[in-house]
Amino acid sequence: MFGIEMSKKILLNSKEIDIILHRLACQLIENHNNFENTVLIGIQPRGVFLAERLVAILKNHYNILNVQLGQLDITFYRDDFRRRGEPLEANKTYINFIVEDKNVVFIDDVLFSGRSIRAALTAIQSFGRPTDIELLVLIDRRFSRHLPIQPNYRGRQVDVINEERVTVNWKEKDGKDAVYIINN
Amino acid sequence: MSQLSVKHLLGIKHINKADIDLIFKTADHFKEVINRPIKKVPSLRDITIANLFFENSTRTKLSFELAEKRLSADVINFSASQSSVKKGETLIDTANNILSMKVDLIVMRHPEVGACDFLSKHVNASIVNAGDGTHEHPTQALLDSYSIRERLGSVTGKKVLIVGDILHSRVALSNIYALKLQGAEVKVCGPKTLIPKYIEELGVGVENNIKKALEWCDVANVLRVQNERMAINYFPSTREYAQLFGINKPLLDSLGKKIVIMHPGPINRGVEITSDVADADQSIILHQVENGVAIRMAVIYLLAEQIERHKL
Repeated sequence: MFGIEMSKKILLNSKEIDIILHRLACQLIENHNNFENTVLIGIQPRGVFLAERLVAILKNHYNILNVQLGQLDITFYRDDFRRRGEPLEANKTYINFIVEDKNVVFIDDVLFSGRSIRAALTAIQSFGRPTDIELLVLIDRRFSRHLPIQPNYRGRQVDVINEERVTVNWKEKDGKDAVYIINN
Repeated sequence: MSQLSVKHLLGIKHINKADIDLIFKTADHFKEVINRPIKKVPSLRDITIANLFFENSTRTKLSFELAEKRLSADVINFSASQSSVKKGETLIDTANNILSMKVDLIVMRHPEVGACDFLSKHVNASIVNAGDGTHEHPTQALLDSYSIRERLGSVTGKKVLIVGDILHSRVALSNIYALKLQGAEVKVCGPKTLIPKYIEELGVGVENNIKKALEWCDVANVLRVQNERMAINYFPSTREYAQLFGINKPLLDSLGKKIVIMHPGPINRGVEITSDVADADQSIILHQVENGVAIRMAVIYLLAEQIERHKL
């Protein structure tokens, strides 16, 4: 339309993603040992795939079997209720363990404005008061933050302009692992 | 897609199957929320809700108020018995006076049929009907269907019996609309004087024998005998009613299957239902109450989503 075509550029292929996931898993082990006092929380909807992948790596490659994994939906904590054209659909929250006095690691696919993480920080308080909260993301979009939020663990840092979107595809959901930069 | 087709919830008659599905899906999330250590979300921080109750209510009023507070809305309550209605103020005047205090949504119970419908045409706020006379009580019907769905997996194809005072019951009418929309089969059972004449036109069967009716159904929704709405005697005595239409344990045990028992409350123990039935594990009466909060949160959340934001 109007002579502008949508371009899709691959940022990471499945091999590269696999290497990064293993590194992130090792970084988690460095800080959390056997995860005795640590819980992982995948942010709905797309952080959940990454979180499940990391748990599988910890289990299959490093023999860490009892990692507690939850899913947190932030829809009701967003700061743009009644400010969007399209209403958002909520996803399932599933946290069947205590977060009080635990080390919580939020896991999400892309860190952009930081607003989702702000909402997640509020949402998790409904489940108790964690000792500390860390953030792990696969893609960290630099220079795009609206809030003072930074990741503790990042897969890849990218500089993309505002009109561009970063999308992470997962084998389980989209058929193959890949990260794209899409220009509309 | 994920938006209600209406701006007010005046009755089940005005909504469609997709609306019900959306409300149930949203209520699933809120049911999880109200079982958290902190049972509250901040979504409706900038919404103010007035609960106008022109008729007595305990459960519904508490349930709405709790739902509103768990969504972080600001809530004001109004009961007709303590208000200027007694001094002769009209409904529109009362509502507009309250709205000038910047109220976004009104939850109203009123003894007159159509009061909410009327109000929705004359004031600038979303209206939720919390019961209008003998007409509709949509959130009760939604929570009833939601509770059936929770217990039996689905409402579609289920056989639901509504027992008792159908004539004066807004719960019955809203339930009939809601159940038919979801593809359930519905029968009513009660004294002939309390079954409306043309009820079959709603696609509902009538059975006068309680045992036969119970044998037919998967779920029995037992209504309260509403003595306060009866200006004349519709049946000879409460004792006779209990004998002919009351549900007791021996009757349930004689069915050869386990049906689900529901009651919108308040219960007249020993009249329409005996204590051992009300407290049996096949009774989901208290689940209905819990689900009521989740359903009302969903309805209010979805309606609030459509309220235009005051421009800053």
